[in-house]
Amino acid sequence: MSDVPWLLAMIVVPAVGAGVVAALPAAKAGLARLLALAVSLVVLVLAVLAALAFDPGGPRFQLTSSAPWIPDFGVEFALGVDGIALVMLLLVGVLVPVVVGASWHETSTGKRSMRTFWAWLLALESTMVGVFAATDVFLFYVFFEAMLVPMYFLIGGFGGPNRQYAAIKFFLYSLLGGLVMLAAVIGLYVVSNSQLGEGTFAFDALRQLDIDPGVQKLLFAGFAVAFAIKAPLVPFHTWLPDAGAEAPIGGAVLLVGVLDKVGTFGFLRYCLPLFPDASRELAPWVLTLAVIGILYAALLAVGQTDLKRLVSYTSIAHFGFIALGIFAFSTEAATGAVLYMVNHGIATGLLFVVVGMLIARGGSRRIADYGGVASRAPLLAGVFLLAGLASLALPGTNSFVSEFLVLIGSFPNRPVFTVVATVGIVLAALYVLLVYQRTMHGPFRGVLVAAEDEPPPPSAPAPDGGGATAVLTAPAPRRTAPVRDLSRRELAVVTPLVALVLLLGFFPQPLIALVEPAVQATMSDAGVDPAGTSPAVGEGGTD
Amino acid sequence: METVPATGLLSASWLLIALPLAGAAVLLLGGRRTDRWGHLLATATVLAAFVLGLLCTVQLAGLEGRSAGVELYTFISTGSLDVRAGLLLDPLSAVFVLLITGVGGLIHVYSIGYMAHDPGRRRFFAYLNLFVAAMLLLVLGDSFVALYVGWEGVGLASYLLIAFWYTRPAAATAAKKAFLMNRVGDVGLALAIFVMFAQLGTTSYAGVLGSVGLLAGGTATALGLLLLLGACGKSGQFPLQAWLPDAMEGPTPVSALIHAATMVTAGVYLIARSAPIYDATPTARNVVLVVGALTLLIGAIAGCAQDDIKKVLAYSTVSQIGYMFLAVGLGPVGYAAGIAHLLTHGFFKAGLFLGAGSVMHAMGDRTDIRRFGGLARRLPVTFVTFGLGYLALIGFPFLSGYWTKDAIIEAALDRGGWSGWLLGAVAVVGAGLTAFYMTRLVLMTFFGRPRWEDDVHPHEAPAVMTAPMVLLAVGSVAAGFLLVQVFPLDAWLEPVFGEPAEAAHVVAPAVVGVVVTAVMALGVLAAWLVVGRREVPTTAPARVSPVVTAARRALYADAVNEALVMRPGVWLTRALVFLDNRGVDGLVNGTAAALGGSSSRLGRAQNGFVRSYALGILGGAVLVAGALVAGTTA
Amino acid sequence: MSLANYLVLAAVLFTIGAIGVLVRRNAIVVFMCVELMLNSVNLTLVTFARASGTLDGQVIAFFVMVVAAAEVVVGLAIIMSVYRTRRSASVDDVNLLKY
Repeated sequence: MSDVPWLLAMIVVPAVGAGVVAALPAAKAGLARLLALAVSLVVLVLAVLAALAFDPGGPRFQLTSSAPWIPDFGVEFALGVDGIALVMLLLVGVLVPVVVGASWHETSTGKRSMRTFWAWLLALESTMVGVFAATDVFLFYVFFEAMLVPMYFLIGGFGGPNRQYAAIKFFLYSLLGGLVMLAAVIGLYVVSNSQLGEGTFAFDALRQLDIDPGVQKLLFAGFAVAFAIKAPLVPFHTWLPDAGAEAPIGGAVLLVGVLDKVGTFGFLRYCLPLFPDASRELAPWVLTLAVIGILYAALLAVGQTDLKRLVSYTSIAHFGFIALGIFAFSTEAATGAVLYMVNHGIATGLLFVVVGMLIARGGSRRIADYGGVASRAPLLAGVFLLAGLASLALPGTNSFVSEFLVLIGSFPNRPVFTVVATVGIVLAALYVLLVYQRTMHGPFRGVLVAAEDEPPPPSAPAPDGGGATAVLTAPAPRRTAPVRDLSRRELAVVTPLVALVLLLGFFPQPLIALVEPAVQATMSDAGVDPAGTSPAVGEGGTD
Repeated sequence: METVPATGLLSASWLLIALPLAGAAVLLLGGRRTDRWGHLLATATVLAAFVLGLLCTVQLAGLEGRSAGVELYTFISTGSLDVRAGLLLDPLSAVFVLLITGVGGLIHVYSIGYMAHDPGRRRFFAYLNLFVAAMLLLVLGDSFVALYVGWEGVGLASYLLIAFWYTRPAAATAAKKAFLMNRVGDVGLALAIFVMFAQLGTTSYAGVLGSVGLLAGGTATALGLLLLLGACGKSGQFPLQAWLPDAMEGPTPVSALIHAATMVTAGVYLIARSAPIYDATPTARNVVLVVGALTLLIGAIAGCAQDDIKKVLAYSTVSQIGYMFLAVGLGPVGYAAGIAHLLTHGFFKAGLFLGAGSVMHAMGDRTDIRRFGGLARRLPVTFVTFGLGYLALIGFPFLSGYWTKDAIIEAALDRGGWSGWLLGAVAVVGAGLTAFYMTRLVLMTFFGRPRWEDDVHPHEAPAVMTAPMVLLAVGSVAAGFLLVQVFPLDAWLEPVFGEPAEAAHVVAPAVVGVVVTAVMALGVLAAWLVVGRREVPTTAPARVSPVVTAARRALYADAVNEALVMRPGVWLTRALVFLDNRGVDGLVNGTAAALGGSSSRLGRAQNGFVRSYALGILGGAVLVAGALVAGTTA
Repeated sequence: MSLANYLVLAAVLFTIGAIGVLVRRNAIVVFMCVELMLNSVNLTLVTFARASGTLDGQVIAFFVMVVAAAEVVVGLAIIMSVYRTRRSASVDDVNLLKY
């Protein structure tokens, strides 16, 4: 089964799907979304099949395939996954169908037809798969930049009122980082040219290089800037709240759930193994930014008045934890960081989806416009709470496992940073419970009350769309209140994520087993004894 | 103490947790379909767990070493970290299992009546079952990680239940406050687990407690203090005590089960369970003593001035848990005494809360004791059961509290030296204060002239509510005698805490008994003088001494929290939001604006006059030529 | 005749042309000054070709002449068309293409 080019199929299928959807006539938006759902489900099946074909005990990179692309520069179209990339592909596979379902009744705010929305979504999926599956650094760079294009159009074409500003800010910021990285990629090529006799971009060959420490630092900085912007680490974060707030919900889920993980994934896949000495030496700087980010972003989340900005800031805090886990140089912490990437994608994806459902009912992003929603929509409130609890890493939810691993793995090497980061769990509880109390608890009030007084749709300010109406409003003689609990479509959207949150919360070991060999390989590249924490980091390891 | 793999019924002990958890899952996922029978299912699962727990305990008693482990599955295993999900049944966890499922079962039964007309009854029972499951995990887990999972689980259940009537802003705020203050404690517990892993490479009880000797002295002390921080958060001890009285916003059965009998005693369990760590560090143990003694007094003083029936009981709980902390802080002489007091307290305080619930049920959910009075004749069953609980709590001779509280006071005095006398004195004074505030409560509620509001028509609660109250009252009367004299708890707990220490008897036990009883009588008399003899005003007097004001405001705990944490926090948050929007983002947008501005300024050079372009070309050519010339001549 | 005389003449011609381009407004005059500069360069090319005894410079000079001829055609056409629309041959009047 491993001979089938699963990864190539996962790139090609959504790309072709995007082309077909884009070629449909504009009037067939309904067909377009059905097609998008079908394609995303096919990719999910492919991802699962790829995972089944993957042997955790086997060689590091599996399901590999490669074809010469630009032979003059040694660029190959080389694909392959280790455990880390594989779980990220599974995350992509799960999230995209969910996003399609969550955006089912999304209506275009601009002039564009929704057909283009679905096309860009599929194009985005294709590039996201590519960025995780690439084993050629140049190919990685190409996908890294290519991801920006569909996301730019998703935000700029279908987002909130301030979408142009957010889209351009997102694009320019990411592009800047990408260009710095390009310089470093070329630098790597030059180094490989002088050491190996012929230049290459193949990750496995570059790993063997013995780079001069000074050069290492420069190249590390080049990659790190791009990844720090992408992740994002404080102080390179200000594009995310804007982009997260203005993006359509589907875009926001993929932006925070997957796109930003490329930054942390890049740290782990490229920075640590390629520049071990520089990573070790500059780790305190990254850790400082990470820990500042945990506290700073959490406090900012507490102070937000906009639901989607709040979720964006919580994500910045979580990325601090991931960076802490990566730069603590221990197997436990790095495993935790990888798990954190997956779990955060699921948990924050769920949170964004639920927030989107709330906003779809009230038509406002302001927290102050909601209150006491739990009394009218208990299911919605329940899922919101569960997503929030996963965000504050309550045991029993998937995030606990990853946060616990990151912290317990970092503590022996970096006690001071870890202690400060641990304080962040109190702040996490604060921002989650505060927004939950403000929107869900208390007497029923806010924009939803106003919505109930209005005559029922169609002209109402876009409460939930047709599916919910179809399910819940039998031709009732008396007027039904527009504030409804989750419809069947919405339940179908959140159920897989809720199930994953709980399942991975209680039984994380299968995921850990899938990831661990790759983490150990990465750690041994970075010069850490992969068996365990204790004395591995040596004199450089204490704060 | 040798732990053997569990066999027979003991290996099914995971069902103890699974039963209530399954009940919660059915109720939450089943939705409205389970409205009609959900509460019965929930109660049945807890009672079944109680029966199972009883059988397990019996089997455990016959086991050599009285300790059995159950391996379930590998929870997390990576690198050198290996966390297994496993259960540990030993005498300590067994008594907790019986307390939780026993009292929990009774309170479930009571709630059938108490919540009969609440539209959210199914949700209530689901949360209650969730709590029981998490609490059982907390006491049954065989590692600090399992304990932590249960620890946060009960925190969640507590949050959900305090905020059960979430449309009331006070309830929502109280729930949030409880969760947050618990989280502060949880940081301590989490850090303690990190230290264990870093120093010993394991988090299981067997691994950590068995190798405490390997720890450096400072590390052991740090570990003890971190665990204490966690315990303080969960048990409402100084300085994290302020959430517990607010938690009374939850339904009364919740207050009885979670905020009196079980969850808040988890801190005592944690310290008792970590006994080997504290045995290795006198410093941390002394801090436990100080925390216990301080909280004991703070709770008792605050309890004296409250007018809300549940708040009085809540401060009483704070104070009584202070006694337990004091006991376990004393070391081997106190562990068994602390656990014994915990158990008897579970009985009488749960009974008192259920009685309070019955009073509120009768009075239309009013809680102000200034508007009660003369209820003894209208609510005879409640009066008798509440009265027995009251007598047990104040330490009336030969009732439960007498036996277990005296044991703690004796152990404190046995410590010897000035600290022994001081702690003993504090404990005795606390006993007097306890007698005062409880007598005040009983007098204002059940005696005197009725001060009811006009629309109140008190009536006794139905049998489904009074039956658990009667059972708990029986427990309040008998538990102390049984645990101290008939089935000595210290002998049962010997596999956990070692041989019961031979008491030093600095003061003869008989003398202690007499003195404590005398102080208690003094407290009762004082209360009678204040509220029994005179007419009680229906509104609290405004002009009172500063002492009373301080007691009413619980020694300004909330004010301190607000001034030290909340207001600076709000200020900091606002400042950071401003900094982020104007500073960090301002820098980004400023860079963009600077680039845009300079481009439009440079663009001015493109003025459309061909000749100026030509001049530019000429200038450039001259420069290049000059450079070439300079290059060749140099 | 020494090399220097030819080069000085070429330099003088070039300078006259350059100054003319810069200071005159009439497009025709500017145009002729451009031609003057081209021819001064031609002169230089031929001079050096003669001095080094190769034909390369002379060949390039022919190329320049051909290009100049083509340029004259296009340039005069543009000037004519500008004159027709603006009734002026001043280069300063044609300044629409700017920031």
